[in-house]
Amino acid sequence: MDQKYAFLEKVGKEPSNLIKGLQAVQGAEGYVSDESIAAISEYFGIPAVEVEGVLSFYAQFKRVKPGKYKIAICDGTACHIKGSTQVGEWLSRELGIQSGETDARGHFSLETVACLGCCSLAPVMSVNGRVYGKLDRKSIVKILKEYENK
Amino acid sequence: MSQEKIKKIRVGVASCGVAAGADAVLELLRSRAESIPVEGTGCLGHCYAEPMVEVLLDNGDSVFYRNVKAEDGYIDNILSLGEKDRFEVPPARKAKELIKVLALAGRIDPTRFEDYTENGGYEGLKRALSMTPVEVVNEVKLSGLRGRGGGGFPTGTKWSFLAAKDTPEKILICNADEGDPGAFMDRSLMESVPHQVLEGMLIAAYATGATKLFIYCRAEYPMAIRHLKIAISQIYEHKLNVINGRELEIIIKEGAGAFVCGEETALIASLEGQRGTPRFRPPFPTDSGWKGYPSMINNVETFGNVPLILREGAAAFAAIGTEGSKGTKLFALAGDLKNPGLVEVPMGTTLREIVFDIGGADPDKVKAVQTGGPSGGCIPVELFDTPVDYDSLKKLGAIMGSGGMIVIGKDRCMVETARYFLDFTHRESCGKCTFCRVGTTRMFETLERIVAGKGEMADLEFLEDIGPKIRMGSLCGLGQTAPNPVLATLRYYRHEYEAHVKDHQCEALQCSALVDMHIDKSNCIKCKLCVKTCPVGAISDDLVIDNEKCTRCNACKDVCPKKTIHRVKKGSIQ
Repeated sequence: MDQKYAFLEKVGKEPSNLIKGLQAVQGAEGYVSDESIAAISEYFGIPAVEVEGVLSFYAQFKRVKPGKYKIAICDGTACHIKGSTQVGEWLSRELGIQSGETDARGHFSLETVACLGCCSLAPVMSVNGRVYGKLDRKSIVKILKEYENK
Repeated sequence: MSQEKIKKIRVGVASCGVAAGADAVLELLRSRAESIPVEGTGCLGHCYAEPMVEVLLDNGDSVFYRNVKAEDGYIDNILSLGEKDRFEVPPARKAKELIKVLALAGRIDPTRFEDYTENGGYEGLKRALSMTPVEVVNEVKLSGLRGRGGGGFPTGTKWSFLAAKDTPEKILICNADEGDPGAFMDRSLMESVPHQVLEGMLIAAYATGATKLFIYCRAEYPMAIRHLKIAISQIYEHKLNVINGRELEIIIKEGAGAFVCGEETALIASLEGQRGTPRFRPPFPTDSGWKGYPSMINNVETFGNVPLILREGAAAFAAIGTEGSKGTKLFALAGDLKNPGLVEVPMGTTLREIVFDIGGADPDKVKAVQTGGPSGGCIPVELFDTPVDYDSLKKLGAIMGSGGMIVIGKDRCMVETARYFLDFTHRESCGKCTFCRVGTTRMFETLERIVAGKGEMADLEFLEDIGPKIRMGSLCGLGQTAPNPVLATLRYYRHEYEAHVKDHQCEALQCSALVDMHIDKSNCIKCKLCVKTCPVGAISDDLVIDNEKCTRCNACKDVCPKKTIHRVKKGSIQ
């Protein structure tokens, strides 16, 4: 196995740890690459096609390399009621990418998630896990500017 | 009171607080408070007032401050016990709430073991260990506790199934995969009082003879996972996991984002490292679950109730609530209301009390409330005198669900709301059952057509026809409840559907395909902010909106200082 994936040893070879293994890979690289699928398949002794079958089932796993700053738009019920669709449109317009995409220089990526659990601050989004609430167009532009040159 | 000395300061740093900026407040307070201890605590449930700071005085009193900012002015005010920004629980809320399960939330440091034990923590476990396992199961049965995840199955009965199994390995699973968009009760409980959930699990392990304990938690809840991990290591340290001479392992498994994994057989498949698809029951998990071992799954809030039952006795617990639903229930209140947050009320409290008295919603502006998330239904304001318990809501075509409660204002379109829920469920369907996989997709497509003004009356009949079929043709709760939001809105708001189809009109002016943007020139001061703001250049210099170009993004409407820009029925103004 590629030395790069030596950290899988900590997960445990038990096949029930497959999801944990995928989470470890994504934690380290930000996404699940073809290369890492091969390593996981070898480590667990599970055919690559089955690994792909499991990972494609779960929304958490990404097959595309994310940007340096991962923006997640919350589209939970409360956020939706409070206008998350528009939050998504504003972000897409500002960044020039759609949900699920990464911009050309690999700085920002955009995704829509089910619920960040901060419903009372709706609408919310998160940037690399940091949650921003009560969004409007102005605050979004301000937040993006903050990360633009970081 | 300003003569009093400050003993300690607490800042609410659960996820909601942090999102509102509590981290920076905590940091600044620490640097400014000198010798006064400043600690982070969990959630008090008053999300609208975040970030919140509690100042504990030497005389035992507390002063709360609301919406604190990490600025010197705010901090000075707090340290001098100023009168500004003080927070009091709204009296109407105080009168209706009954805080039992959340008693310690926001009152202790969730990462400190002693904070929990000094406040009655692990006394329930102690009492359980002084009884026989059968007595503990009976105590839970007598309490009348029912599953808080939405199913409402009697908890004690479920425990007795696992207890009856005579196998060397038995599995206990805590379902912390709170997938309902709009629900955050379990997150708050795990973040604020992780030990209470774990104490409930240990009591259950003793009562049922479980040997391995899992917590299946959403990966989107990093703080809950962190606090649980700390709590588990403290449990190991104090050997509280040694039950009947056997050291029990408590394992946290992170879910990977699949709503269907809230269903127990799907959750077990996911725990085994597979795709989270449900399977036919029987065999029930208590007969054959994780890797074939007898397994039992309870929800976070269910476990959170157990220590109280053991500590205070089944009778005290059963004294609260209604005939068929005992105890209190947590609700995550959000949407169109003044005071969103986490509330705890006795079962049987009416929707009117929760939404208006506790939530502070404006009775003139509320249309409905959605309970049970995408599996539930909406309940119109006319039926708000309904008591909230497992059975009453079911009769109305909704469910209590796990406790998400979204208030829907009069300016929201019910067809669009139904479309939103079906968008969610059709994507989350695991694909195993044809009726769920194809049926929810067809429902979603039909609703998309209707909100786009391209629906026909036959579409409404189609929705009413296929809904019950999806219910009957699906293995698990996801498919069985997915049509609820559509059928409930069709039941109570059919006129809105008909207006979309027949008159191409969205009453609430929310469906963008059916509205134009219009500037009311009578009030306009010609500041032209709208012209500058419009991202697509659809507003001309003489302030006319080109509705062909316009994307209905509302940017002009939001920026207008005189509020002269409105959404109007499409084609109504030439």
